[in-house]
This record gives sequence, C-alpha cells and structure tokens, in this order.
Amino acid sequence: MENEAIKLRVSGVSKSFPGVKALDNINFSVRKGTLHALCGENGAGKSTLMKIINGLYKADAGQIYIDGQPVEIKNPIQARDFGIAMIAQELNYVPEMSIEENIFLGRLPVTGPGKVDWKRVRKETLELLERENLNYSPKQKLKTLTVSDIQMLEILKAISNNAQIVIMDEPTSAITNREVEVLFKKIEALKAQGVSIIYISHKMDEVFRIADDITILRDGQTVWTKRAAETDLDEVIAAMVGRRMDNAYPKEEVPIGKPVLDVKGLRSEGVFENIDFNVRAGEIVGFAGLMGAGRTEVMRAIFGLDPYDAGTININGKDCTIKKVSDAINEKLVMLSEDRRRFGIIPIRSVMENASISSLDKFIFKGKSHPSLERKLVGEYFEKMNVKTPSLDTLIQALSGGNQQKVLLAKWMLRDPDVLILDEPTRGIDVGAKFEIYKLMTDMAKEGKAVVMVSSELPELIGMCDRIYVMSQGHITGCLDRSEFSQETIMKFAMSK
Amino acid sequence: MKKQSIGKIMEKYSIFIILVVMIIFCSFMNQNFLKPQNLINVARQLSVSIIIAYGEMLLVISGLIDLSVGSVLALAGVLSIASFQNTGSLAVGFIVAILVGVACNLVNAFLVTNVNVPPFIATLAMQMSARGIALYFTNGQNLLQLKEYTIFGQGNVGPVPNPVIFMLVITVIIWYVTNHTRYGRSLYAIGGNEAAAVASGIDVKRSKYITFIINGILAGIAGVLFMSRVNAGLPNGAVGYEMEGLTATIVGGTSFSGGVGTTLGTLVGAFIIGFLNNIMNLTGVDSYIQQIVKGGIIAVAVGYDIMSKNKKTRKVIIVDEKEKKEA
Repeated sequence: MENEAIKLRVSGVSKSFPGVKALDNINFSVRKGTLHALCGENGAGKSTLMKIINGLYKADAGQIYIDGQPVEIKNPIQARDFGIAMIAQELNYVPEMSIEENIFLGRLPVTGPGKVDWKRVRKETLELLERENLNYSPKQKLKTLTVSDIQMLEILKAISNNAQIVIMDEPTSAITNREVEVLFKKIEALKAQGVSIIYISHKMDEVFRIADDITILRDGQTVWTKRAAETDLDEVIAAMVGRRMDNAYPKEEVPIGKPVLDVKGLRSEGVFENIDFNVRAGEIVGFAGLMGAGRTEVMRAIFGLDPYDAGTININGKDCTIKKVSDAINEKLVMLSEDRRRFGIIPIRSVMENASISSLDKFIFKGKSHPSLERKLVGEYFEKMNVKTPSLDTLIQALSGGNQQKVLLAKWMLRDPDVLILDEPTRGIDVGAKFEIYKLMTDMAKEGKAVVMVSSELPELIGMCDRIYVMSQGHITGCLDRSEFSQETIMKFAMSK
Repeated sequence: MKKQSIGKIMEKYSIFIILVVMIIFCSFMNQNFLKPQNLINVARQLSVSIIIAYGEMLLVISGLIDLSVGSVLALAGVLSIASFQNTGSLAVGFIVAILVGVACNLVNAFLVTNVNVPPFIATLAMQMSARGIALYFTNGQNLLQLKEYTIFGQGNVGPVPNPVIFMLVITVIIWYVTNHTRYGRSLYAIGGNEAAAVASGIDVKRSKYITFIINGILAGIAGVLFMSRVNAGLPNGAVGYEMEGLTATIVGGTSFSGGVGTTLGTLVGAFIIGFLNNIMNLTGVDSYIQQIVKGGIIAVAVGYDIMSKNKKTRKVIIVDEKEKKEA
C-alpha cells in the first residue's frame, strides 16, 4: 500500500493462549476511508486480533500504529480514545437499560460537580434516532428492540463517538437480507466520511461486494493482503484453507445398515415443525442451514434437553419417549453440544471426572465405587481418542479446545452409543484437532454407529457426510445425497422458505 | 519430576500442613495446649459446627447455600425437647428433631429447585420463619428440665464425649458419600457447571433435593446436641451458626463458586479455627482482638487459596506440538 494514507498498521503482532499460538507475526495495514476485509477460517485468529486492536487482549509481541504513530492500547476505553470502535459479533449492550443509557454507556456527559447531564443525553439521542429514521423513544429498554436495530444502534454509538476505525465482526450473521442492505448503505456513508472499517465475515459474496482490500489469515498468520479488485473467490478460498485442501477429510466408504434413528413429524411450537429424517447404521448425516434455522433446537429436543410438542422419535426400531437427557442416554443416543463451555466441560474438575460423569453407573455400583476400574477404562478411551493430557487428574480447563472436545467425545463413547449427535464438533479448535475429530467420526461410522453432524461449515459437511439435510426457518427444506453435494445447492435450500 | 511432585503434594495438602504447623506452634505457645483434656474440649466445642459445616459444604459444592441452618437447628432442638418432655422417649425426641430439620429443608429445596428462588433468598426467608416458629412455639421462653435428654450432649463413651462420637461417625458417612456415591460425584458436576451436568444426563433436581435433605438431617442432629449440651431448649440459641459452618468449609478449601470441596478439608478448616480460638483463650488474648485476628486469618487463608489456584491454572500450559505439526 504505497502512497495512500495508512490509518492503522499492525506490525508483527503475536499472541499465545494456553495450548494454542493464536497469532504469529501478524502484519497488515488499513487505508483511510476504506473497508478492509479480514478473511480466514474459524480459529484463524481474526477475533483475537480484533480484541488486541480493541485493547481487550494484550499482544505478546508486535506494535500497532495509528496514523503512523506507535500506540499502546491497554483497554477498550483507551481504544475509544484512539478512535477505535468495535461492533462485536456478540453485541455488547445492557438489555435492561434504555437506548440513551446504552448509547452513552461509560461516557455519560457530566456538568460541574459530577452530575449527569441528562438533558444533553436526551437531546443527542433524539437527534441520532431521528437522523437514522429509527422510530424509538430514547427511554425504551434495549431488550425490546430487534437484533438489527440494536446492531444499528451500536454502529451509531460508535460514530457518535467520532470513531475513525470501526471493527465489525460478522455484522450480518444475525440480520435479514433487507437489513443487510441498510447496513451496507451505512458503511458506504462511513467510508465517504473517511472512516476506516475492518470487516470480518465468512460470507464471500459480501466481502467481494464491499471490500476495498482483503487480508487472509490462516492458523494465526497473515497469508497475504491484496486489493479486492485484484483477486477472486477461488484465490481467497485457496489461501484461507491452504495446502491441506486435498486430504482435509478422512472420509471412508462404510457399509450402510438399517435405520437407527428415525424421526417423524417432530414439532415444537414456533421453533420447528414437520421434521422427518432418519440416520442409518454406519452413516454420517449432516445438517446444514443458516444460523437460527432450528438445527440445534431439533437436536436438543431429540436429546431431551428441550421439550417438543408432537412427533415420534424411533431409535433402533422402538418408539421412545424422551423427556430428559437420561432417557436419551438409556436409548443409546448421545449428543455433543455446540457450546463446549456452556454445556460441555466442567472446567474446575479433572479430565477423568469430565469423561466419566455420564457413566457413573459403570464405576459405582452395589454401593461401592471402583476407582481403579474408572482410571483404567477412561485411560483406554483417552488413548483411543488420542487425548493429550499430562495426567488423568489434570483439570480440563488446562487443555486446549481440541483436547477438551476429545475428552467430551470419550465421555460419550464410554456409553457405547448407537446414535451420536455432534453439534458443531469442530467449532473453535485447531486445524490439527479438527482432522482428528473427523477421523474419530469415521471410526464411529466404521463401528456401525449412526452419526449426525450439525455444522455451519459447508466444506466439512460436504467432506464428511453421506447425506445432508438442509434446514431453513424451522423446516427441513432439502435432503441431498453425496453425488448432489455442492455449496450452491445447499445454500439454495438453506435460503428457501 | 520428583521436585514437581513434592510441590504438588504441598499444594494439595496445604491445608493439612497449615494445621500441623499450627499445632506445633500452639504447643510451644502454651503447655496446656497438647493436653488430652484440652484437645477433647476443643473437639467437643467444635462438634456442632462441624456437623453443620458438612451440610453447608454439600450445598456450596453444588452451588447452593443455606442461611437458615442456625434457626432450623433451634427449631428442631426446641420441638425435639418438647416432644421428649411429652412422651418421655429419647428416640421420639431424636426423630422429631430430624423430621423438623428435613421439613424445613424440603421447603428450601422446593423454593430453590421448583420455584427458582435464589438459594440465598429462599434460605434467608427460612432463617426468619424458622426462628419465628421456634419463638412462637415456646412463647419466647427457654425449655428447662431436660433430664435424660442431656445424655446426647453431655454423655461420654470412655473419655470421648458423645457429640464427638456423633461428629466422627457423620464425618465418615459424609466422606463416603462425597467420594464413593454417584450422588456425591454429581454434586461436583452440578456446582462446576450445572448446564453441562444437565446435558450429561444428571438429575440435577433430585441431587439438590437430596442435598437439602441431608442438610436437614444434620441440622436436626446438631439441634439435639446443641440444646442437650447447654441443658436447655433455647429458641434464641445458635444464632449465626450458618456462618460458623460456612467459615469452616471455606477455610477448608471449599470453593464459594461451587464444584470444589472435600470432607477432610472441611474438618481441618473447622479445627484450624477451633485451635485458633483455643490458643487465644489459653494465652488470654482480649476477646475483641480475637475477633479481629479471626477475620484476618479467614481473609488471608481464602485469599491465598484462590491466588495459588489461579497461578496453577496459568501454569499448566499444554502446547500440542504434535497437533500443530499435523496442521
């Protein structure tokens, strides 16, 4: 980027977390008044990098320059003073507080002796809402707004603060197409005002529509930066996935048996309906769809975590009533949750306890516990799943995400299930660990288990599955065989109504 | 390798080491400290609060708390004495105490698990109501004339006072329950991450009910021992005992955020506080100063524990070289 004004420059930034080197010598520059897209797979380090720029994390090494001056950003308040605003993927707001309070959160104007200048707050909020055609009262609580309006407010909040660098992390992941158009118009207006935008998105069509420059991150390193006009989709994807494209998915042909899980007419009022699908022994069946399509909700209902209103769940030829998780486990159906931190690990307990918690009846029976049996069996499964842990007594929170996931898989394999539902099994873990999870899935299929894989990453669904069901707005809109797989077809069904 | 394991042992048993150092220190401070009679006295004085501490421990491990145990203890005690006085049966008196403790805790459990009232609030309400019932029932008067009922708190088996026997037996049972039953293991999971426990197939509601019921049984037994030792049914007795129990278990390493805690830790925690009181009494420390010291020691002990744990999680960094290479 030769002679144009560089607003922000990141030079040699590195950052490590326990078990993962998240960023390794990152370099890129954002030009003034442009949109700079950051592309990379999950876990490539995009969010970590943005958190460093926003002062949430401290870099282990490297330097950030704003307008050519080296700066040290210690916390988000300092970042704000440097003109940096971040619109996070998970929006930061206080739902119980009003619009005006949220907009001025942390920077309420005061008069003389520390009294809040509510008049000014009200006036400026009203001006802002009017200018942007948002038909709300400043006193309205934020929780009563739609997601896209809250997002728009976040952006307004950023600009009202005279931000010169706005970071947007997956801003379109939760809003409708029409709202995306509004957002893009806003982005154009910001650029015209000379604001620089760092834009993180998985949606390549969006990136090519609005980006001026593109930087690719892979495994915590910068691959290259190019003008959007000088590159194309294929080049970007190739750079994102790197050399491991060819054998990324250890898929093997496995003889397919009888249906093990057969779901008919499953319905949960207002969440999903008419859910019919089956999974056969030895088969890996994928579930694709956009966020909020209802995939996780269907699986949670089948696993007994949420109630459902109608429909039958047939496992191994038997109609089952599943009211709670233990019912599902007794029918040999288990589920690995999408959110490892919330529903998966018990962070302050040992890896062994985490693995055996669902199989206590195997280790404690007839009023006696059998700790040596427990150690032996858990140890065997850890070896089989290639869990890397210093000992069985290490706290699970000390392990890397991939190893935590393998411990949780071992926990369910200990139950010797017939049906395994894996909801986003590779989310947020290292590329190497991903490969191992795929291999384990293949092994499970070879053992004749029925595997359901819910994923938002189309390449892994296409790479691993025998069939893919596509969901949209609480319905199954399509079922594809391996020969019909393509990102375009899947997306078509995912967008249909 | 060996050095590391010594460090680990130190870390794991730090609370026991503190106790031993304290005993050695105290024995030099005052020659009466190590005399059997003194030690037995300390154990007897601690018995009631240790029994209560186990109930609090089970609750705190699973992410709950009980602020009502002092009041419930008093209510169970006076109703137990009243029923003994009416029937003349020690067994009836004992059973009534346990039933009262369990009944109060079933209400707590119902409010917490079925109505989703935060345990802090639910048991705070019970603290007031149970005390109110005890006072209403006795008209605010102490119940006297305990006769044979005093056997529970004042009798001995050989040189060992009955309350200490109760305490030791309960210690063994609680140790067994926490280490060797499915219920015990589920406690740690629930306190460590309740949503994950549910998703692992644990019946969280049932576990919470069991915990409150055990807590009620312990409160009932504590009520009998307490009243019988002071030789009266005191509707105003045992105020603030929940704090004694909580202090013992927290000093003993139970994590206030749930998921961590051991029976022996709680026992040792109680004795550390007990010995501290004892040595200050023996050496004639002013009772106000005693309070200051106790508060300081609790803050330091828990602060040290938390800081060393934070350090530990930061220290254990596992870099998967292999994982990286494959990628």
